[in-house]
Amino acid sequence: MAKRPFLIPGVDKRLLIKDSLKTMPDLTRRRFLTGGASLGALTLLTGCDVVDSDTAEELLKKVSKFNDAVQAWMFNPDALAPTFPESAITKPFPFNAYYTLDEAPEIDAADWKLDVRGLVDNKKSWTLDELHALPQVTQVTRHICVEGWSAIGSWTGTPLRDFLKLIGADTRAKYVWFNCADKDGYNSPLDMRTALHPQTQMTFKFADQILPRAYGYPMKIRVPTKLGFKNPKYVVAMEVTNDYKGGYWEDQGYNSFSGS
Amino acid sequence: MSSIAATATTISTSRTKVIQPAWVRVMHWINAAAMIVMIMSGWQIYNASPLFDFRFDRSITLGGWLGGALLWHFAAMWVLMLNGLAYLVTGLVTGRFRRKLLPLSPASVIADLKAALTFKLSHDDLSAYNAVQKLLYLGIILVGIVVVLTGLSMWKPVQLHWLVSLFGDYPAARYVHFVCMALICAFLVIHILLALLVPKSLRAMITGR
Repeated sequence: MAKRPFLIPGVDKRLLIKDSLKTMPDLTRRRFLTGGASLGALTLLTGCDVVDSDTAEELLKKVSKFNDAVQAWMFNPDALAPTFPESAITKPFPFNAYYTLDEAPEIDAADWKLDVRGLVDNKKSWTLDELHALPQVTQVTRHICVEGWSAIGSWTGTPLRDFLKLIGADTRAKYVWFNCADKDGYNSPLDMRTALHPQTQMTFKFADQILPRAYGYPMKIRVPTKLGFKNPKYVVAMEVTNDYKGGYWEDQGYNSFSGS
Repeated sequence: MSSIAATATTISTSRTKVIQPAWVRVMHWINAAAMIVMIMSGWQIYNASPLFDFRFDRSITLGGWLGGALLWHFAAMWVLMLNGLAYLVTGLVTGRFRRKLLPLSPASVIADLKAALTFKLSHDDLSAYNAVQKLLYLGIILVGIVVVLTGLSMWKPVQLHWLVSLFGDYPAARYVHFVCMALICAFLVIHILLALLVPKSLRAMITGR
């Protein structure tokens, strides 16, 4: 059998690769594909000699969107995160952020208000005293970080679904979008089905003490069915919305659903 | 016409017997690619919060940072899982697993291991596995199943909490996942070394003969 010609007849394969490499984007832009090892692995995957990293990145983002849909399908609104006895609580509970504890927001309760926006009947802002007066429950659950570590903590506060009912939120909307006081403006979207999960909580206390600065004073959102980065701290506003408004980590490539 | 074709087939099969059917070869190389992506991106994910007192060098990891590595890991997992599932089903249904990997006894493993270490093991018939091969292939299939189950446990520790409890708890599943990765890497070293020592086995996995 005659040998089949590769690529374009009459064109030197090596020269073609060399030319194509020149058109590739700057290495520093290729966040997902650093180093020769990654390119080697991609060559294995696709069988191509030349890799367009932007195409690979786009493909990976599409798969991540697909994974959002799979996770939403897998999400059982009645499945509860396992709870633990108080003796199982991790001490000390870790502080973890993209900044040091010294840089964590220092919020004065007198100046703080929770803003409520979007598809809700009552858009009034809430003071901390008003929020503390709401009925509260305690959960001892495992916090799982996107980095892989986990820790068991005790959180006390008001179920978010009760608050959403109280403010007349349109619970047919797609998201509750949280804005925070962290430096560089932390924010994160929470899908409505998770927002209505019985264990999703507006948290005011950690281990029966008023939430310390490290864990998000004056209010964090505790979501035991999500990875830690979807448990925003130092919350200053929530918006009920049908629009996907992105999030601090989600925009950088962490999977948006990130359900547990 | 038909008798000529039949004769031709008989001649070709008697001359060179198919050792690795096409489905085995295709699934083997898909698995190899997916597994390498899973391992290299897994090392980058490990580096974000190491279980032990070491990190993997960046030059051998995939993804550049945690977010990129997770995108790779959770994309390649579909290839690994679907291909692996197809392999298990086909292997069971066609009887290949039973034919190739059984029977297996401790005595035969010890005998073949002795023969292998004294270079007395025969490689004349690549279609029949020796006892050490049988043990390694059965073992790696089992490790492959456990690495996927621990992976799923870590991905969905609430939705699949019953699966997590099979391994104890979430942190335990992480350790088991890591140990499975280490076993797969150890298997890879032996597997590639032996394939290079007996090059016709590598040829069989590419051309089938």
